[in-house]
Amino acid sequence: MNKFFLLNIFFALFIITSCAQDNGPKIQNELDPKYIYETVIHGIDIPWGMTFISKNEMLVTEKSGILYHVAEGQKTEVSGLPDIYVRGQGGLLDVIASPDFKTSNTIFFTASSADGEPKGGHTALYSAQLEGKSLINLKQLYKGEENSKKGQHWGSRISFDAEGKLYFSIGDRGNRTVNPQDLTRDGGKIYRINQDGSIPTDNPFYDQEGSKKAIYSYGHRNPQGMLTHPETGAIWVHEHGPRGGDEINIIGRGNNYGWPEITYGINYSGTPITSNKELPGMEQPLYYWLPSIAPSGMTFSTSDNYPYWKGNLLVGSLVFEYLERLVFKDNKVVERHKILEGVGRVRNVKQGPDGLIYIGVEGKGILKIIPQPPIK
Amino acid sequence: MSYMNQEKPLKQSIIDGAEIYQDFCLQCHLDNGKGGANVFPPLAQSDYLANNLEESIRAVKHGLRGPILVNGISYDGIMTNQGLDDEEVADVMNYILNSWGNQYEQQITEAQVSEIEKK
Repeated sequence: MNKFFLLNIFFALFIITSCAQDNGPKIQNELDPKYIYETVIHGIDIPWGMTFISKNEMLVTEKSGILYHVAEGQKTEVSGLPDIYVRGQGGLLDVIASPDFKTSNTIFFTASSADGEPKGGHTALYSAQLEGKSLINLKQLYKGEENSKKGQHWGSRISFDAEGKLYFSIGDRGNRTVNPQDLTRDGGKIYRINQDGSIPTDNPFYDQEGSKKAIYSYGHRNPQGMLTHPETGAIWVHEHGPRGGDEINIIGRGNNYGWPEITYGINYSGTPITSNKELPGMEQPLYYWLPSIAPSGMTFSTSDNYPYWKGNLLVGSLVFEYLERLVFKDNKVVERHKILEGVGRVRNVKQGPDGLIYIGVEGKGILKIIPQPPIK
Repeated sequence: MSYMNQEKPLKQSIIDGAEIYQDFCLQCHLDNGKGGANVFPPLAQSDYLANNLEESIRAVKHGLRGPILVNGISYDGIMTNQGLDDEEVADVMNYILNSWGNQYEQQITEAQVSEIEKK
């Protein structure tokens, strides 16, 4: 009885001390100028990914397994997708046009796939060519192995570096104790491959026996934001933490980002995951959100359309239903602002060829943000 | 179909449903079933759930689009189809209907779920 009582006290203290304070800077309302949005296309429940294929045409993925071609306010279904395993957070995920799309018509996309064993699914990366409103030459370039029936943490976002190497993410597939720290297993990783699906021989674990050769970094939970920095060319990734501890990381070759050995978050139930926030050999995030905003999608705003935003990072928040604008100074977040608060769950954000910011909002579709009054 | 005689005991269904809940539902509806302020409706002591059982099963099986009124508050979101099979839908319903003060005397069966079609 006594022992049990002490254990309870210990546990209570542990929870209190591990309940970290909100991480600053405090988020502010965007006051001036005002921004409004215009609907680009409506009627897409979960617009997971989008990519521009010309000045005024884009491809948009709907998580339930539809690829749309969108132009002039009309959406048309694109045929030729592979079978997609829609389960939990899985489905049709990101899409990106190849850097040489103009000549190759090639796109890349990620989706949950039930191919292979055992029953369940894992995240797969595909390439295909767009011919009219159909996909041809569909190829599965990579598929995470050992399927799972878990609904969580498929990732997945895609980006290219300056050499044209393709990076994509797979989340920990709901098996955090095993996947993220094990280089012989898929899940909880950022991958780097060539556009034909071959694996670059200079990948960090290419020569390590038993390791998955496509792994570029590990120790991730569920990365749903990725971009290539417009100036430095570095790959930036953000990931969902558990309760608290969403992170932004700059991806370095072979780095371990620590999940679940270190985290600023706790379990959804409120119990601790670990008391470690840092450990040797594991990277600290560039920034972490506490409380979690549930980040999805990100882009830098680099155009003159929004002078106040130039060089700022824009990140969708699923849980708070706004677009978050982060101002950096010397690689530190110094200001955070809410844009279009209450717009809905912001699933994705991209800067278009016109320099305008496009967001994918659940239950709505694709919206574009217009400064009000417009700044010339 | 043989599953009619193979229906698992309610107790086991609730245990299996708890696991499904952890995997597929908890991130929005939370482990206390209270949901999230004005975005994710509560499942704990929910009048919508109590009065619209078939609609609730349909929501888990096929998805649900708002607006719906739950305990006097309007929720205008979307819950997508989670890709659960009929047995998993029955299990998670049994868990939800018998958690956080909710009580439901009958067992939701796989057969019952299989008959609920998309509207």
